[in-house]
Amino acid sequence: MELNARIPSGPVEKKWENHRFEMKLVNPANKRKYDVIVVGTGLAGASAAATMGELGYNVHAFTHHESPRRAHSIAAQGGINAAKNYQNDGDSVYRLFYDTVKGGDFRSREANVYRLAEVSLNIIDQAVAQGVPFAREYGGKLANRSFGGAQVSRTFYARGQTGQQLLLGAYQALERQVRAGTVTMHTSKEMLDVVVIDGVAKGIVTRDLVTGVIERHAADAVVLATGGYSNVFFLSTNAQKCNVTATWRAHRRGAGFANPCFTQIHPTCIPPSGEYQSKLTLMSESLRNDGRIWVPKDPEDKRKGNDIPEDARDYYLERLYPSFGNLTPRDIASRRAKEMVDAGHGVGPMENGVFLDFKHAIERLGKDRVSERYGNLFEMYERITGEDPYDRPMRIFPAPHYTMGGLWVDYDLMTTVPGLFAAGEANFSDHGANRLGASALMQGLADGYFVVPLTIGNYLATVTPGSADTDHAAFADVEKDVKQRQSRLLDVDGTRSAASFHRELGRIMWENCGMVRTAEGLRSALQRIPELREEFWRDVRVPGTGEGLNPSLEQAGRVADFLEFAEVMCWDALTRDESCGAHYRPEHVTEEGEARRDDENFAHSAVWEFMGVGEEPRRHTEPLEFPNVPPSQRSYK
Amino acid sequence: MDLKLKVWRQSGPDEAGGFVAYDAKEISPDMSFLEMLDVVNERILEEGGDPIAFDHDCREGICGSCGMMIDGVPHGPKSMTTVCQLHMRSFRDGDQLTLEPWRASSFPVLKDLYVDRTPFDRIIAAGGYISVRTGSADEANAEPIRKKDADAAFDAAACIGCGACVAACPNASAMLFTSAKVAHLAHLPQGQTERYTRVLDMVETHDTEGFGNCTNHGACQNACPKGISVDYIAQLNRDLFRATVTTAADPVGS
Repeated sequence: MELNARIPSGPVEKKWENHRFEMKLVNPANKRKYDVIVVGTGLAGASAAATMGELGYNVHAFTHHESPRRAHSIAAQGGINAAKNYQNDGDSVYRLFYDTVKGGDFRSREANVYRLAEVSLNIIDQAVAQGVPFAREYGGKLANRSFGGAQVSRTFYARGQTGQQLLLGAYQALERQVRAGTVTMHTSKEMLDVVVIDGVAKGIVTRDLVTGVIERHAADAVVLATGGYSNVFFLSTNAQKCNVTATWRAHRRGAGFANPCFTQIHPTCIPPSGEYQSKLTLMSESLRNDGRIWVPKDPEDKRKGNDIPEDARDYYLERLYPSFGNLTPRDIASRRAKEMVDAGHGVGPMENGVFLDFKHAIERLGKDRVSERYGNLFEMYERITGEDPYDRPMRIFPAPHYTMGGLWVDYDLMTTVPGLFAAGEANFSDHGANRLGASALMQGLADGYFVVPLTIGNYLATVTPGSADTDHAAFADVEKDVKQRQSRLLDVDGTRSAASFHRELGRIMWENCGMVRTAEGLRSALQRIPELREEFWRDVRVPGTGEGLNPSLEQAGRVADFLEFAEVMCWDALTRDESCGAHYRPEHVTEEGEARRDDENFAHSAVWEFMGVGEEPRRHTEPLEFPNVPPSQRSYK
Repeated sequence: MDLKLKVWRQSGPDEAGGFVAYDAKEISPDMSFLEMLDVVNERILEEGGDPIAFDHDCREGICGSCGMMIDGVPHGPKSMTTVCQLHMRSFRDGDQLTLEPWRASSFPVLKDLYVDRTPFDRIIAAGGYISVRTGSADEANAEPIRKKDADAAFDAAACIGCGACVAACPNASAMLFTSAKVAHLAHLPQGQTERYTRVLDMVETHDTEGFGNCTNHGACQNACPKGISVDYIAQLNRDLFRATVTTAADPVGS
């Protein structure tokens, strides 16, 4: 597997500009001759499809939802970063770049991160022009809030529904192109495989979820914007249908998978309340701006939160990290919460949370200001727990939330399979070992609006348009594979639901490849996953047929892929014998208990090559260099 | 708690449907309504049956995928709450509940409680956007927008497109949905250029998709889990009136 990142020459500030000049262009009149498939219609997919449609490409956009607007980007709450420096607090493109590289614990590619920070400015302009109703100050200018991992205020937001409003902006831009005829929208169609002809991506095979028909779609290039794989943990903040299928199928067809063990645990979620729990609900970490996190000092202190006096409380983040306090990066805030609960300080009926308290914020700002900032989050909390956070402290606990790992891509966001691109959370590119808050929306839209639509031209200019044909034997072979796999699922006719296997897999992954990973735990997971997978194929029960709508069949296919994918995640965590960012190996910690990187041996991205189901995958590396942000031990003290 | 469910089962769009009774036993009050249905489905599956199909995804009230009639009320008894955010503590032990799909001919039933809401996308495609090419935007802070207007735009933009308004309406009108997008964009300076073509085109598509007319019942507003107000329908009507009377002199529709 060849890993050439194709990083443009020149100083980091000039790379994107130089590259835009050096890239090959497709003549405007020729663009419509090129078919481009975009899979996924979240922030990255919808913005990429809309923008490529505007440019004149013949775009086919696919979503497994009934409408592009249902993609899970819609659920992002807190905000989107941009280096606008509207607050005059010392922000700049360079500082956003610096914070992101540092926040990622020096496991991302500098050139990509710089570009991300650079185009962050354009994203806000674009969104405002589309009518995204960002929060504003009384003077009519855009408002900002601060977020974990940064000491400047650079986050733009639309109450607690920033993802919704940005996605609706991208969705509306997409529907505008549907009307203009440049984008053909394929809803309720799930991509089940990618078609590679002579080593080059030429199309996909989908299942129409309403009719059950398996279809072939050819194109000159394919963009995967299919999101992340947090649902490998079963319980996560992701929506129920989020899955790894598209990226895993691409991986099986030759696309390298980078850093799969880099998964982020979000510190401010509502703790589970029982076995039946189907998902965990995140509350924006913007809550940490004004809420204070604490636990009772004495593990035996079983009083209600409000009854515990100040001197019996441990505001542990403020104590351990005086300069960042409650705004330490997500991985640190999460791990410290787990430590507190593990040490017996957990609160709530199941003693599985820590307090997030707004009492002081309400005293300082008044209930109205607090409500204006966090009203919808408080409502959400009350609806789920039946407790009123204006009167008593919230209970929070970390939950899997975002995956930094993904398909390896070069500077142009092209995977190791020529013609196959990956954008947004589906790729691995920008966040290294840990993502900063409010940077996922930024990356999805950066990739979709401003990167892929340009860089895809650099590839298409080398391709004869219309060269892909669904009559090619490769399409028939892939279609046959897809159909056989579906029949196998339906034919097992065992006794257990796919969900029950998913729950069991999730438990294995959370225990062994979650917030803390030990070599011993990972080895045991690598033993148990193949056993569980074998049992799945022997005993799963998928009711109904392949014809027509069958949610059980859809779910079983996704669980089957998670059961294959989980192994490479554990291999990655095992072989990355260091701690960095969200990847925490207790064998490698500093005296202060923080992740200790090993730059001598692990300053690289690990890129995995598929060798067969159950076979040990092959590990490749892309070395990382940091000429601009010299690696240092992260310190948020 | 134990409940009895009467659920609309229909195997496909062109098949006849009917009610089937199910027991929902040992339900925790902390479960969400959909988690209760997960438990029922798990048991149906164990007994060799075909689980009840319903659309759902984020389970946090924002994606708009879920929705069903619970005892004739869209999203069930709790106001401002989607069915995924409805918790079983809103019900009592022994309750009997009737579950039906959204009732509107423009939303054909695909299976059981699962309906096709793609007409909403076509209403948006008719004009529910601001035409601005990627990269052609002005500096974001160049034009101040009064906080009041930005907040009003946001209130309208909070619609999640779930379709409860249509299901609640005796005319199966989608005017609340359509007006929310019209009002969102009409409140912003960026939305003015296409303001009147937008309302004409969106309303035309609304009608051709087979949704009924609004006759001011207000049931939509009560059913809306996001508190979208019928005032937006009044705003839409004002813009529509103005667009219609000025069209003759200066055609604006496309």
